[in-house]
Amino acid sequence: MSSAVKSKPSVSWSLPFDGPTRSVFVAIVVLIVVGGSFFPQFFSPYYLAQQMQNGAFLGIVSAGAMVVILLGQIDLSVPWTMTAAATISTAVVGANPQAGISELGLLAGLGVGALVGFVNGFGVAVMRIPSMIWTLATNNILLGLLVYFSGFYALASQPSLVMRAIGQGKVMGLPAVVLVWIAVSVLTIFMLKRTVFGRNIYLVGTSEPAAYLSAINTRRVTILAFVFAGVMSALAGMMLAGYAGQSYQRMGDPYLLPGIAAVVLGGTSLFGGAGRYAGTVAGVLLITLMSSMLSIMQAPEAAKQIAYGLVIIVMVGLYSRRAAKTE
Amino acid sequence: MRSSGIFKTQGRTLFAWGVFAILMGVFLSVHPRGASLGVFTTWSNQCAALALLAVGQTIVVLSKGIDLSIGPIMALANCIASHLVNGSPSEIAFGVVIVIATGAICGLINGLVVVVGKLQAIIATLAAGAIFTGLALLVRPIPGGDISVGLSDAMTMEAFGVVPSAVLVMLGAVALWYPIRRHPIGRSIIAVGSSEAAAEASGLNVARAKIAAYALGGVFAALGGLFIGFQTLSGDPSIGLTYTLNSIAAVVIGGTMLTGGAGSVVGSIAGALVLRTIGSLIFFIGLQPLAQPLFEGTVLLIAVSFGATRLLKIKNRMEVFQ
Repeated sequence: MSSAVKSKPSVSWSLPFDGPTRSVFVAIVVLIVVGGSFFPQFFSPYYLAQQMQNGAFLGIVSAGAMVVILLGQIDLSVPWTMTAAATISTAVVGANPQAGISELGLLAGLGVGALVGFVNGFGVAVMRIPSMIWTLATNNILLGLLVYFSGFYALASQPSLVMRAIGQGKVMGLPAVVLVWIAVSVLTIFMLKRTVFGRNIYLVGTSEPAAYLSAINTRRVTILAFVFAGVMSALAGMMLAGYAGQSYQRMGDPYLLPGIAAVVLGGTSLFGGAGRYAGTVAGVLLITLMSSMLSIMQAPEAAKQIAYGLVIIVMVGLYSRRAAKTE
Repeated sequence: MRSSGIFKTQGRTLFAWGVFAILMGVFLSVHPRGASLGVFTTWSNQCAALALLAVGQTIVVLSKGIDLSIGPIMALANCIASHLVNGSPSEIAFGVVIVIATGAICGLINGLVVVVGKLQAIIATLAAGAIFTGLALLVRPIPGGDISVGLSDAMTMEAFGVVPSAVLVMLGAVALWYPIRRHPIGRSIIAVGSSEAAAEASGLNVARAKIAAYALGGVFAALGGLFIGFQTLSGDPSIGLTYTLNSIAAVVIGGTMLTGGAGSVVGSIAGALVLRTIGSLIFFIGLQPLAQPLFEGTVLLIAVSFGATRLLKIKNRMEVFQ
């Protein structure tokens, strides 16, 4: 009898949502219900679609950030990887404005992301430099290169047709960016759950020496994870350029810390080895809805920052308290 | 024998000072006015705030933490200073005390969130930094305010006409830290940083050491914000972010390990001086100002890459994982 009572909750909770994800979804529902009762536009499909569009850029960045965080590493080069990919891809398009050839810009941007990711991964995996410092350095180098070259050459900044279509277009009423986010999410879940590479990410994140002794090529896993993150940053940067109609400096700045925050709010441990992608999606939605609700309330920037910090401390504090209890 | 011992234990610090000495030599040789007191004063004024922040960051890093809110604490202190550090001497003294206390309280909050809330330092200080930035914006929504001109002049000119005050400020930061370092609190900060389990087993108060490290970091951040106020005579809530990143860069260039327990405040000051001297150097060398971020980034990358030389000494493949 008692075992039946005990096993019941564990069955209902073993859905693909773990504790943190559930907490975040509860917070989102509360936010929408409370927000909606004060501001009716909260319930309108148009408004929610608009929020999804804003959240999609952050969501794609967070997918990359999560894979790196699962390794127990961090990627601080997100802002200027986004800006570099957007600047170079729009410059390629500007130099080759013909309809078909201009899509080379898209490839160039993805190439930039992959290259930055490779350099990041190489420094961390082979040179054994702490990722926090190494990616900070690569971020600064990208910043330096872009400021230097764009200061001397007036780079044309023009998104390609595809970038514009994804950034601004809609498919069946849904913003195209959101469809890309969904595609990225499906790919990420498949990669983490169903591929050897995904399994290895969790293993390396749990204990790199143990993974190494189990004949896992830990260097390759780390480098590939950083390449994935670099490509995600590049993708988000180019879509943002398509959305804005151009690339601009500092376009990536608002995505670094919220991207990490979304992953952590979703219950992924910064020590690596543990975390679910559903949590990251929930974290992105929570951050996006929270900031949009504060915008509707015309809260000053100061209040936004304070609310943002408090939510992270309270929610992540709750997770770690709960984790300490179950230990 | 003794000198080889110093090279073994303080090699990274000496290296940072060596790089700085070379940069400074080039800087003085290209500067149109050469090695004069005025040149030193202007240069040291540009260095002092970052040096103070680097000292604060070093203390936190020594305890195996990291403070991503150090820039926002500095901005908050700077904004509060622009309200309080003016008027009569007693009002100014009161203002300075409040500013420093603010830094200590912010650091204390960081420490409590990390120790009691059991949050990872990166995310805890990141979130706390957002709160401090918000508070700075509340205190002073747009740059402005007023800071005592007399005190500012005293702090940014020469003391007794022979030595730049900013140099004394940096020396003072070192003089402040070393007694603390010798005190049981300082020792326990470093012990916790090198091995938390061993420190705990030796009966040290790990929680208190960590909280003390963050609080000290906050105090030095507030001093940095105060010094910025002396330079600009105003408060600005948006100065934080670049200072956070530069303080970490200075710590790394100065040879302190981000893995905690080993490093020196003196090295980090050299790191801050290196970063700031590059900026001045580029200006006088006739390079495009646009090249400055690239140059700074390259120096950081090279400094960071020196961390990889450890691999050359490794015999057992498993040691790679530390």
